[in-house]
Amino acid sequence: MTTAVREERPGGTGGALLDVRGLRVTFGGRGRRRRGGFVAVDGVDLTVGPEETLGLVGESGSGKTTVARCVAGLIRPDAGGVHFEGRPLGPAGRRGAAQRAVQMVFQDPRSSLNPRLTVASVIGEAWRTHPAAAPEGDREVALRGLLADVGLGPEVADRRAAELSGGQCQRVSIARALAVRPRLLVCDEAVSALDVSVQAQILGLLAGLRRSHRLAMLFITHDLGVVRQIADRVAVMRRGAVVEEGPTDEVLDAPRHEYTRALLDAALDLNGPGPEGEAA
Amino acid sequence: MTELSEQAFGAPAAVPGPPGGRAARRGPGRGRARRALARVPYVVVALYVLVALAGPLLIDYDPVHTPLEDRLLSPGEETASGATAWLGTDGLGRDVLAQIVYGARTSVLIGVCTVGVSCLVGVALGAVAGYARGWVDAVLARVFDVLLAFPAVLLAIVIAGAFQRSVPLVVLALSATAWISFARVTRSVALSVRERAWVDSARVMGVRAPAVLLRHVLPFAVGPVVAMATLEFALVILAEAGLSFLGIGLPPSTVSWGQTIAGGKEYLETAWWISTLPGIALSLLIVNVGILGDQLTARYRSGGLGRRPNRDGSTP
Repeated sequence: MTTAVREERPGGTGGALLDVRGLRVTFGGRGRRRRGGFVAVDGVDLTVGPEETLGLVGESGSGKTTVARCVAGLIRPDAGGVHFEGRPLGPAGRRGAAQRAVQMVFQDPRSSLNPRLTVASVIGEAWRTHPAAAPEGDREVALRGLLADVGLGPEVADRRAAELSGGQCQRVSIARALAVRPRLLVCDEAVSALDVSVQAQILGLLAGLRRSHRLAMLFITHDLGVVRQIADRVAVMRRGAVVEEGPTDEVLDAPRHEYTRALLDAALDLNGPGPEGEAA
Repeated sequence: MTELSEQAFGAPAAVPGPPGGRAARRGPGRGRARRALARVPYVVVALYVLVALAGPLLIDYDPVHTPLEDRLLSPGEETASGATAWLGTDGLGRDVLAQIVYGARTSVLIGVCTVGVSCLVGVALGAVAGYARGWVDAVLARVFDVLLAFPAVLLAIVIAGAFQRSVPLVVLALSATAWISFARVTRSVALSVRERAWVDSARVMGVRAPAVLLRHVLPFAVGPVVAMATLEFALVILAEAGLSFLGIGLPPSTVSWGQTIAGGKEYLETAWWISTLPGIALSLLIVNVGILGDQLTARYRSGGLGRRPNRDGSTP
């Protein structure tokens, strides 16, 4: 419906790391066609290039988290598909060699970690699951290195989620994702549940890791300020469809779609008068 | 019978039961008495287990040996061989104390085996239903509901009555319905835990479903399942005594409280001790295990998701 604002899109899949085509997800409803269900995502096309960060923004209920969960393989789409380097990605657990290439960081830092497991066993599980990505030689040293990469000290290794702060939990989640050396990191509101100062630290960490680990990222957020900091390109979603897509500066400084303008105005209202507002 | 006895005994003794916090408002002396009372069922159950394990080593008893000259001795009388029958003898001259001790072993053995079997089956099926969701869950959940509608003891009677009497058969007959409560508890825990982000992240990582279940879902079901196992243990012991009382439970070569009680029922007026004493042993165990189960259930009612109970053992 808004083909005019999508001049960025390349014609084919050439060069794209992640290619989402015609994605459609319906919740509820009956039968194979899911009649009468709620259409959460309705024909979304997205691409993420190698080492590129795509920000996916939109208000809550716009379907952006559903797109992220499809990419991670947690939800099976009704139509359309997710391709990684030209090959189709199945549901999580049946992705073969591509399984570890796409990893995800979740919104709630605390429930991202099994409260019964120590940080060391969380990371250990990632290495056990993907021996190809596991470090050769001393795993203890590798674990210390990995924790240092995400800005955590070695003493964290023996702690459980309840003994860590929200920001530390999120760093451990990031470390777990990095442990299997992924190509694409899906961040679903990964900094939304953190307070502003920690948010800035985690964003800085992700920006650094992106360069050092040559990561592509699909960064889902409702916060336009966060998108401006981290994304190369932005796609704006509304009611299950992408309404505008383009380089971050263009979209945020000169929005073409009225919905993007409304989002920006809403963000300005919140940030303008008082201290940093939390866009709910 | 459980309902009756739980009403009679449970009211004063079910200390940290649901209406908690009442005693917390009273003086500190009350709280101490409360905590001491709350330990009573642990002590009693431990005593039974001790008797079941050690008793048969100390007391010699052979159910087939019937010294008829000693029949119907009242408690404390001397037998022909010079020993004292502390709790009397039955209609065939067999020692009642020995029957109670050997019966405790049988009851604990049957209870542990049945709870073990039904726990394994129930937890496995419940975990699969709750984790897989979709049609698997729909089918299994309906199976649980349908089986729950069967009267458990009746089904046990049918199974136990149809085959040759033996210990494995009794365990099977009692497990036939006991596993359902385990399945239902585990399913509800699995349904809620599998929505947690740590399960999602393990799936994205590519951890296989059985490993996800074992590592990330089932540990959170342990609390509610242990509470359920305690309650089921009491019910199973009662049901086994019932089956043996009816004569379709354990074979006569095994000592069972139910058989002893049944054997004494024709002497109820003249030799009350034959039925009464094993009956007291049975109800004491069941009431105490029941209270223990209620305590554990109250503690894990929140689903055991790492939420800790208050100091007095109740959950907010």
